[in-house]
Amino acid sequence: MKDSLIELYQYRELLYMLAYRDIKVRYKQSIMGFLWAILMPILIIMAGIVVRYAYALASGKPLESADIIEVAVKSVPWAFVVSSVRFGCNSLVNNSNLVTKIYFPKEVFPLAAALASLFDFAVASSALLIVLVAIRVHWSVQLLWVPALLLIMVVLASGFGMMVSAASLFFRDVKYLVEVLLTFGIFFTPVFYSVSMLGNKGRWLLLNPVAPILEGLSACIAHQQSPNLPWIGYSLSFAIAVFIGGYLFFKHLEPAFAESI
Amino acid sequence: MSDVAVRMENVYKKFRKGEIYNTLRDLIPALTGKMFQQQELSASDKREFWALQDISFEVKRGEAFAIIGPNGAGKSTMLKLLSRVMKPTRGSFYLPGKCSALIELGAGFHQDLTGRENIYLYGTILGMTKREIATKFDDIVDFSGLAEFIDTPIKRYSSGMYTRLGFAVASHVNPDVLLVDEVLSVGDALFQRQCIEYMQTIIQNGATVLFVSHNLRTVAEFCPRTLLIDHGREVTTGPTAKAINEYKSRLQEHRLADQSRPVVITGVEVRDDNGPCHRFQTGQKAWIDIEALAHQACSKIAVVIAVLDENHDELFATSTERLRHGSVSLKSGEVLRCTFEIDLGLGPGIYYLSVFLFRYDSDHRFDNWQVTESILVWSADDTTGPVNLFPKVVRHEVCGSGVTQNRLNPLVRSRS
Repeated sequence: MKDSLIELYQYRELLYMLAYRDIKVRYKQSIMGFLWAILMPILIIMAGIVVRYAYALASGKPLESADIIEVAVKSVPWAFVVSSVRFGCNSLVNNSNLVTKIYFPKEVFPLAAALASLFDFAVASSALLIVLVAIRVHWSVQLLWVPALLLIMVVLASGFGMMVSAASLFFRDVKYLVEVLLTFGIFFTPVFYSVSMLGNKGRWLLLNPVAPILEGLSACIAHQQSPNLPWIGYSLSFAIAVFIGGYLFFKHLEPAFAESI
Repeated sequence: MSDVAVRMENVYKKFRKGEIYNTLRDLIPALTGKMFQQQELSASDKREFWALQDISFEVKRGEAFAIIGPNGAGKSTMLKLLSRVMKPTRGSFYLPGKCSALIELGAGFHQDLTGRENIYLYGTILGMTKREIATKFDDIVDFSGLAEFIDTPIKRYSSGMYTRLGFAVASHVNPDVLLVDEVLSVGDALFQRQCIEYMQTIIQNGATVLFVSHNLRTVAEFCPRTLLIDHGREVTTGPTAKAINEYKSRLQEHRLADQSRPVVITGVEVRDDNGPCHRFQTGQKAWIDIEALAHQACSKIAVVIAVLDENHDELFATSTERLRHGSVSLKSGEVLRCTFEIDLGLGPGIYYLSVFLFRYDSDHRFDNWQVTESILVWSADDTTGPVNLFPKVVRHEVCGSGVTQNRLNPLVRSRS
């Protein structure tokens, strides 16, 4: 494993080039260009606001600005998770001519997909940051948690990406399964709602490793509170396990890629 | 580092024929079948086949080594193993140096990116660092000859430009071991010459070249030692000339054994009036003896001969039918013998001869045969081009002043 990590490090520039290619190709010949990176998060945020408004009407509590901020800071990272796992999943199959012809560590494909999605995420979150500054959100020292939470999220998403890309090379079903999970995952993840709205049973939703991260982000940014540390610890260990497990799984299957694709 | 560049020891590679379970729906019944029925398991074993069996060879550093074999012998599998895209099922494979392959040039290109971006992309795919590419960038562009199109998306490139750019990048990798595939068979004459020059410099600089090909002429030119494989097994390893002879006789056996063709060409010989010959003076007579054997009854077989130039472009073709000798019908087991006489009115150069059996009314080609030895035509006169018009200088003089224009040629009357 040590050797393959050294090799991956040697090919890091390929990782950047592939991510650059993915970004460039995605925005080439489109009029909106980088605005596309913002469009999807905006749509998710608007959907979230509709859901929150309906909830406010039904419960009789007024819709507060903190609720809208909460939806926004959860939607943008969720969009990253969805796009990086989705692109990661198809990355090997879409590059089959390279997989079968040239030797290099193939995990650069799902990792580059995650990196390209991270770029979109950076664009969208800069836009969000501008909005948050403009509406004068209260800042607190808790914001220092944000980079750590985002890091856990990136590790988790790229681990999943490696796992599903290798699996979908052997079984095309995986691709459809991932699509379905990503589409409906938003209902099982506290993006539009927060776990506290579900009372005691909401706790079960935190088993979804993305949930504590999103809850943590909303706590730090929208509510100036520290995140729920035990659950963050759970997410962190889950992310590390998925990343290492995904990497080993990928490396285990890699020799058979060329003949199975 | 030892002086061994590549070593394969008892390498086996197994493939599965047919569809591998690509959806869970197929896998589940197959797995349960395996669990409950021993029958199922042996059925899946039958679908396996060995693409390579017990291959061993060793190539020293700085050596040019060829691997040849007929189609389906395992050459492409060998390439995949050597380029480390696949792993051998059994056996050990040792290749410590940096390996680069001239295979599928431009496999990593992206249509929407410009030539410049693709140089960086393909370069990193081939294992170069960004800095390395940046320092060699101008050389690469010069070599490709595509400087004015370098900022054009490569989807606008022609296929020739595409290959040239790919080769320009691939040839700047500086590998310890270079794998060469059939790339030489694509591209124009200029490109092929560039390829060959590049390989010569690579060999001179002490790199190892592994040639996997059935282009026997280039193999003979470059590689002193050759491994011949057939049906995944090693036939012989040794001097190239010996391996090529063995290869040709194998091809002949394959051809005779091939029952799928109703009629096969069993032999073609080019001779002058003294016997077999491959070197002719321009204008000399040549005879082409052709022999064909029918496995099944066949009708309306016409024998076609074609003369090709060095790039395998057809220069001349004719047939028994075109020469008003009609076509013949053969019964199973019958042999057809046919001899053409031609005047080699060719300019000095290298030519190839190709023979095929053709049925004109249904446009069906029964079999074809490419004569592997080239035909060399020499001439005492220095001319260029594929034809010899047998020029002579009949007048060559300096005339004094005051010559009128319409007396340019006294032999031809003025047209006006």
